[in-house]
Amino acid sequence: MMLIDPHAHMISRTTDDYQAMAAAGVVAVIEPAFWVGQPRTYVGTYVDYLSSIVGWERFRAGQFGIRHYCTVGLNSKEANNEELAEGVMEWLPRFALKEGVVAIGEIGYDEQTPLEDRYFRQQLALAKELGLPVMVHTPHRDKKRGTSRSMDVCAEMGVDPSMVVIDHNNEETVAETLQRGYWAGFSIYPSTKMGAARMVEILKTYGGERIIVDSACDWGISDCLGVARTARLALETGVAEDVVRKACYGNALAAYGQSGQMPEDDWLNPSPIDQSTLFAGNSVLRGGREPVIQTGAPTLAARSDVGSDAGSDAGPGQTAGD
Amino acid sequence: MAETPKAMLRRWLQEKAAPEAAAWAIPALDALAASRAERDLHIFLGMAPRRLGRGALALSAAEIAASDAARPGWAPARWSLDGAARVLALLTFRAADRGPGAFADTFRDLRRTADAAELIALYRGFPLYPEPETLEPEAGEALRSNLTPVFEAIAHHNPYPRDHFAEHRWNHMILKAVFVGSALAPIQGLRARANPELARMLADYARERWAAGRAVAADLWIPVLPFRDDPAVAAVLARAVATGELTQEALT
Repeated sequence: MMLIDPHAHMISRTTDDYQAMAAAGVVAVIEPAFWVGQPRTYVGTYVDYLSSIVGWERFRAGQFGIRHYCTVGLNSKEANNEELAEGVMEWLPRFALKEGVVAIGEIGYDEQTPLEDRYFRQQLALAKELGLPVMVHTPHRDKKRGTSRSMDVCAEMGVDPSMVVIDHNNEETVAETLQRGYWAGFSIYPSTKMGAARMVEILKTYGGERIIVDSACDWGISDCLGVARTARLALETGVAEDVVRKACYGNALAAYGQSGQMPEDDWLNPSPIDQSTLFAGNSVLRGGREPVIQTGAPTLAARSDVGSDAGSDAGPGQTAGD
Repeated sequence: MAETPKAMLRRWLQEKAAPEAAAWAIPALDALAASRAERDLHIFLGMAPRRLGRGALALSAAEIAASDAARPGWAPARWSLDGAARVLALLTFRAADRGPGAFADTFRDLRRTADAAELIALYRGFPLYPEPETLEPEAGEALRSNLTPVFEAIAHHNPYPRDHFAEHRWNHMILKAVFVGSALAPIQGLRARANPELARMLADYARERWAAGRAVAADLWIPVLPFRDDPAVAAVLARAVATGELTQEALT
């Protein structure tokens, strides 16, 4: 089964993870802009981070046959540094129209401060102006209230629920999220969010409509195979294939595809232009290893031979980064 | 008067884009020509692939020949339609009232936030930009990129390195191409700008490869062969003949 991991901080992950994800059937990932475990104290470092996720990380993923998309935004934690936040807000419109940007996100609340609220609202307005979906990060603490409040603010700002993914849901928040018409994301992040077994129970209770499973893998203890493991466990325990396909592939495609930046053809039928650019080269594959990628889609086999117009006669062993 | 590259790009855009896409692009470019706001340029660059698609520019043999006649070395055969529009936007924005150095400033600013496809398009435009010597450090940035297609946007099918690089930059471009497995044949001026220092660097590199038990890319020898009279180079060439990586005839 083809899988999408619509919340993965690949900038913190290794090439082994990309290989494992590709082998497990992940054809596309969405990298939400978030904090990197350490607060940024200069606008410039934030700008370079955004440049990395629209450029280098997208290219890096392509080397493993995985399509990489991202969301751009000012996260709730760093929204509390007003000087930084004002600077980032000035740059965001420039990034929002970059290729492969599928939403404004992840935005929302952390401690639910007035500054977080201000920049959450400003970014909802930006998303609305640009016709982009929104990825909402719901807080770890005071979660139920923070989740309700996030949806209240989306409604106040006039953002259509069908354009908003409320992420990091749990058993306590899912009913309201679905009832109000939003997409409900679940992060299979064992220690602080969801586990695969609990996720399967939610699929059994609520079915597959508007539910989106992601890994939220990042620099913490997390699992880049969260989506794949959940899909497998769900199928093994009798959840209908159609439900699993929606939760682990189709719904993410439908929700973020509203940006117009994530057509299924990107991985089913990549254009020759893409094959000579974003899926090209192999500077990441160190030491001459040929990538072993089994995704069930033959077009996704590693293409170490495309990219240079005249072809590379270097062959395996010639490749190295710097 | 012969058609300029800028006029040529505009005509191709008009002829090759879908009618509704051209109906957006041409007035948007006219508006850009009259604008002084960087934001208008950012929006055009962002909208180009959305409106025009990301397909090939698909030039005919006659059009490719005309491009080379308009700017010797300009080789847009592999350009995309949106990429061509992006280059044209750069040539159009503030074309009439740009002060000295202003183009390079704008380019540097755009490059800082460009996505991968944008970088490729903007660097491919190098043969056409004003004050080309002011852009040399920007070409250096492309060569340092880890994105092979960005490196190749400058290195391949582009006369800029041949025309503007000093020997050090030139030599390191060739060596990096070899190192990352990028072909040398599409580099313009490969033979004309061969030099003894480059031959030495490539000969040393060949020795490193052999020490690691690896083969050497066949096109590596192109800029080495003219210096076969240097004893150190000759020794490496002899070894390449011995390993079967080079024919005896190539040495004569």
